[in-house]
Amino acid sequence: MQASEIRALFAVASRPEVVSLAGGMPFVQALNMEMMADTVSKLLMERGATALQYGSGQGDVMLREQILDVMAEVKVTAHPDDIIVTTGSQMALDLVTRVFCDPGDVVLVEAPSYVGALGVFRAYECDVIHVAMDDEGLNPEALSEAIAKLGTEGRKAKMIYTIPSFHNPAGITQSQERRTRILQIAKSAGILLLEDDPYGLLGFEGEPPAAIRSQDEEGVIYLGSFSKTIASGLRVGWAVAPHGVREKLVLAAESAVLCPSNYSQLTISEYLATQPWREQIKIFRELYRERRDALLDSLDQLMPAGTTWTKPAGGFYSWVTLPDGLDATAMLPRAVQQLVAYVPGTGFYIDGQGRQNMRLSYCYPEPERIREGVRRLAGVIEGELEIAATFGTSSALRNSSGTNVPAPDLA
Amino acid sequence: MSSYLVLAGGLSPERDVSLRSGRRVAEALRTASGVEVIEADVDASLIEILHKHRPACVIPVLHGAAGEDGALRDVLTSLNLPFVGAKGASARLAFDKPVAKNLLSRAGVATPAVLALPHATFRELGAGGLLTGIREYLGLPIMVKPASGGSALGASVVRTAADFPSAMVGAFAYSEIAMMEQYVKGTEVAISVLETHEGVIALPAVEIVPESGIYDYNSRYTAGSTEFFVPARLSKDLAAECARIAVLAHEVLGLRDWSRTDLIIDEAGTPWFLETNAAPGMTETSLYPQALHAAGLNLGDITNVLVQQAIARG
Repeated sequence: MQASEIRALFAVASRPEVVSLAGGMPFVQALNMEMMADTVSKLLMERGATALQYGSGQGDVMLREQILDVMAEVKVTAHPDDIIVTTGSQMALDLVTRVFCDPGDVVLVEAPSYVGALGVFRAYECDVIHVAMDDEGLNPEALSEAIAKLGTEGRKAKMIYTIPSFHNPAGITQSQERRTRILQIAKSAGILLLEDDPYGLLGFEGEPPAAIRSQDEEGVIYLGSFSKTIASGLRVGWAVAPHGVREKLVLAAESAVLCPSNYSQLTISEYLATQPWREQIKIFRELYRERRDALLDSLDQLMPAGTTWTKPAGGFYSWVTLPDGLDATAMLPRAVQQLVAYVPGTGFYIDGQGRQNMRLSYCYPEPERIREGVRRLAGVIEGELEIAATFGTSSALRNSSGTNVPAPDLA
Repeated sequence: MSSYLVLAGGLSPERDVSLRSGRRVAEALRTASGVEVIEADVDASLIEILHKHRPACVIPVLHGAAGEDGALRDVLTSLNLPFVGAKGASARLAFDKPVAKNLLSRAGVATPAVLALPHATFRELGAGGLLTGIREYLGLPIMVKPASGGSALGASVVRTAADFPSAMVGAFAYSEIAMMEQYVKGTEVAISVLETHEGVIALPAVEIVPESGIYDYNSRYTAGSTEFFVPARLSKDLAAECARIAVLAHEVLGLRDWSRTDLIIDEAGTPWFLETNAAPGMTETSLYPQALHAAGLNLGDITNVLVQQAIARG
């Protein structure tokens, strides 16, 4: 099945009858809209001429200082000048890849990995190599092996791209020991570590995990985002990079967009300065925790034997492995007709892996809808098991190509 | 002045195609008619919208179930709303491909041999033996597709015995009934049919040459991935024969206003009937608008003619 065909099925998923466990839209309805309105109103009344004007390519100075407070939650310390504000952290990913990678350069990524990153690496013609994960995330042995194997070919990876906390799509979080080992491996091999941390503050248990960047200032570029903690529509993210790199990122940013939206940045800045943002993040955490529980409870109750899934301690996603012989891509039309949608696993790999997997997101639908979605999904999987049993298919090995995931505005 | 209402979207896997078709038809009709054209989806609010606006005419541009299986057309009939295109019962005949093929075969048109079976038959009788029998009966390669639905969704060509089970799984993901059809190698052509008070005419045939060799979903809706020849590179006689078959299909199935018949012409020059669409696609890469253009006609003007025709018949 081709990417365009899968995207067509996602068009159906936007209908209200369909329970979409496919998209990754944060539940921004949980924001206090009156407070947001006050924030924007105050901003325009007091600093309108600045907000509506061009800004600096590196980003607003005051916002960069406030970002230090936000990153303190994950134990990252930096100087405001080490930060570059970007149009979502997606743009930071693009800039880092543009600055570091030439066509053919190797980037090591988790298996599976964030589809938006795969898209960027593909666009810059990088050679993407997946490295296995286990229950604690990126597997250090597999990482060392991949680096060693490249060495025997006379090659060296340019970057290791990792999402240590509440991984998209795997729903796994690296332990602190694991983070230390991965950092050691990267440093001893002299490979830059690109740490993507959009969900870091959205853990459901205890303190937010300390970022890898908190252990090392030189070998790590850290990407952060306000998309999940405040509002994705404002498109404000950032990168923290060593000085020499940061200069290049700013030049690249200026050539791409001149400057990130001053209006969005100052809205965030005003919000952080005047609103109880930590309280709001707590509200988001509680909301997503309740939805995660709804998902995991109903998976426990309803999934046919042989189905397994990860149990995320934060973030938006659980990664499901279907019983042997089932193909999540081939099954998608049946699911959509039964009014439930998910993202087939193949979208999170560049090499056709993931046929037996799907990503379920619990960030957007209400708990009741999540339960209904899982109930429908269980029926779909049972139907597909029956078909597979009838035809004895080990899997429906139909061709899949392209980035078969929904557009960002799908719930 | 009363308005017209273009119906597009729906819950079918062809929703996206339908929305694109609908926007295009609505825009063209707006320009051509000067009348307000409302666009509506098929959802819980539809009946209310129909009652509220009481459009002078409805133009269903729905693909797949509910749009082409006749259900929605029966709803419009029950509401006494004039609409463009086939009535429910006729749309249903065309939508069920094996049934349509049978009707055309009876009318003397060549159509590839077909078998249509629900999943339950395979489950009850055992797939292994059945697939072997089907393979021997039809001979490889075999075209497997859902018995209803369009845009080649769930369709694939089985070239080896090993491909057969997964092709069946692919088709059953879209439909309860899968059809297995003798594969005819040749030139694909689509003939658009237009019915006005002057009679039923076939528009110039469109010849389809997909870059990938297969006219699948991607080739259909990705601009530039398929080469079209309009009119098709056919001899005068063959073009006339294709036109005759398309008009015959329109009449045998009892369709109205517009339809599109897909044929494949084998190496010996015989046209084989594949299917007829009661709600042809109208996207920027679709075949019907290309045929209209080749005939020197304009989508908006023609839609307006069909709208007036629908209003007149009430």
